[in-house]
Amino acid sequence: MNIENIKSQFPIFSKKINGKPLVYLDSSNSAQKPLSVINRLNDFYKNEFSNIGRSIHSLSVNATNKYDETRMSVKNFINANSKDEIIFTKNATESINLVASTFGQKYIEKGDEILITDLEHHSNYVPWHYLRENKGAVIKFAPINDEGDIIINEFEKLITTKTKIIAITHLSNVTGTIVPVKEIIDIAHKKKIPVLVDGCQSAPHIKIDVKDLDCDFYAISCHKVYGPTGIGILYAKQKWLEKLPPYIGGGGMISEVKKNAISYAPLPEKYEAGTMPTAEVVAFNESIKFMQSIGIENLVNHEQELTNYALEKLKKINSVSIIGDPKNKASVISFTIKGVHPHDIATILDEDGVAIRAGHHCCQILHQRLNLTATARASFGIYNTKEDIDILCKAVENCRKIFDLK
Amino acid sequence: MDLKELYQDIILEHGKSPRNFGKCEGHNHEAKGHNPLCGDQVHVYLKISKNQKVEELTFEGSGCAISIASTSLMTELVKGKSLDTATRIINEFLNMIKSGSEIKTKDLNEDQKTKIMSLSGVKQYPMRVKCATLSWHTLVSAMNGKKKEVNTESLD
Repeated sequence: MNIENIKSQFPIFSKKINGKPLVYLDSSNSAQKPLSVINRLNDFYKNEFSNIGRSIHSLSVNATNKYDETRMSVKNFINANSKDEIIFTKNATESINLVASTFGQKYIEKGDEILITDLEHHSNYVPWHYLRENKGAVIKFAPINDEGDIIINEFEKLITTKTKIIAITHLSNVTGTIVPVKEIIDIAHKKKIPVLVDGCQSAPHIKIDVKDLDCDFYAISCHKVYGPTGIGILYAKQKWLEKLPPYIGGGGMISEVKKNAISYAPLPEKYEAGTMPTAEVVAFNESIKFMQSIGIENLVNHEQELTNYALEKLKKINSVSIIGDPKNKASVISFTIKGVHPHDIATILDEDGVAIRAGHHCCQILHQRLNLTATARASFGIYNTKEDIDILCKAVENCRKIFDLK
Repeated sequence: MDLKELYQDIILEHGKSPRNFGKCEGHNHEAKGHNPLCGDQVHVYLKISKNQKVEELTFEGSGCAISIASTSLMTELVKGKSLDTATRIINEFLNMIKSGSEIKTKDLNEDQKTKIMSLSGVKQYPMRVKCATLSWHTLVSAMNGKKKEVNTESLD
């Protein structure tokens, strides 16, 4: 696999940042886009644009077909049973909100429990908090150890007869922990509890097989998977999508509308009200093709090698601490430098063209657990190279120099 | 942009060893400030005398080098001034950070002007402006006796 060749497919890397070549280490936040995706967006608007599913004319038929092709590709990409189990949303956040809201409406009563973990991103906590506020639900947090791994037997102890749903991340956006979700889903299903997996970070970095995981819900943000912004995916087992009420009401999601009664469209349209981001969905097909052209296995191997290389090099730098040391880790390294605040690190690194993120990364619960207010985070994509890591480490050394650290 | 302009020695030094850190005795005004984007916290304690003078000014909090240095320098420059003078200094500082205007006030001597101007490099870094201004807004809030926490995301 030739990374330079892959990198050359991303136009942004021909840009200079502060006069330096861009070293983009913020892919956990959002990934850069290959030219094929950018071109497809442009091309669709130029030559093929029409709204979908509403008109008889040729442009609309073509657009509808292209939109459905992406749904089919997503179905194959995550190994779902049917394309009716793939719902397009705004992002993973909306996917989780959709489940929390509709599941909550139907199945959550006062005192019912929702089990999440200390690792969760705010987007897999706040939607459940609404049910705490509005329905009197109880949210329980499964603890992690200092390495950043979920303590499975503690997790099991928190499941009670009142637990109605479990929501867990597949890959932590701070520690990089790959959570053993299959094991957790097994435990939950033995007690007949459905599981939502927040796959925001995992989708671009590890192989996703929802059939093998047997998860009930899986949430993805397309912009992290080399796709356009503005679209996300909710995978849900068909039985749930049939049982749960619709989320957003409007055009496109109805079957028949009368003054005294409304019936809803079949799946997947039931959950796709109003005009959807058509061009973005169509272009996302190119993101999947891009991932497939590399091969998930090659992608995983490359990113694992980068992560190990970066860990090894960063650990050698005095005053650098790596956050967490989970059993299985992918593509995300959060760190601190003793005596330098993460925001100062980010500013100093930016001067060298190195883009990282600094702050709590939408994980205040996790930062409280680790007694940290903020961390610096370097995260990788398929386009990163060992040379990028070398530049990162040099820039980290520069922080130490500026702050006169011994 | 030049990092040396942002991270001048005086800023690094105040960031590392802030002055007037802690809770001052007999404070009669206080206010908290918070930057939810990065988690920076500041708590300003103020003792205003009967003749409307800032007798004591201290702070507690955590944050980046820019925010700690800015707060430390603020306590040095405002302590001992009348409330009117303090307000003028604060306004000049905020204008310098926002629009790059010069410090003209006669309320500060040359040495003090050099100190306050050491923070002028921040205006080149839009994402860091709030780091430098949080404590100054919090001081205004304390002087005005406001109860609500200052939040960088609700400031103009």
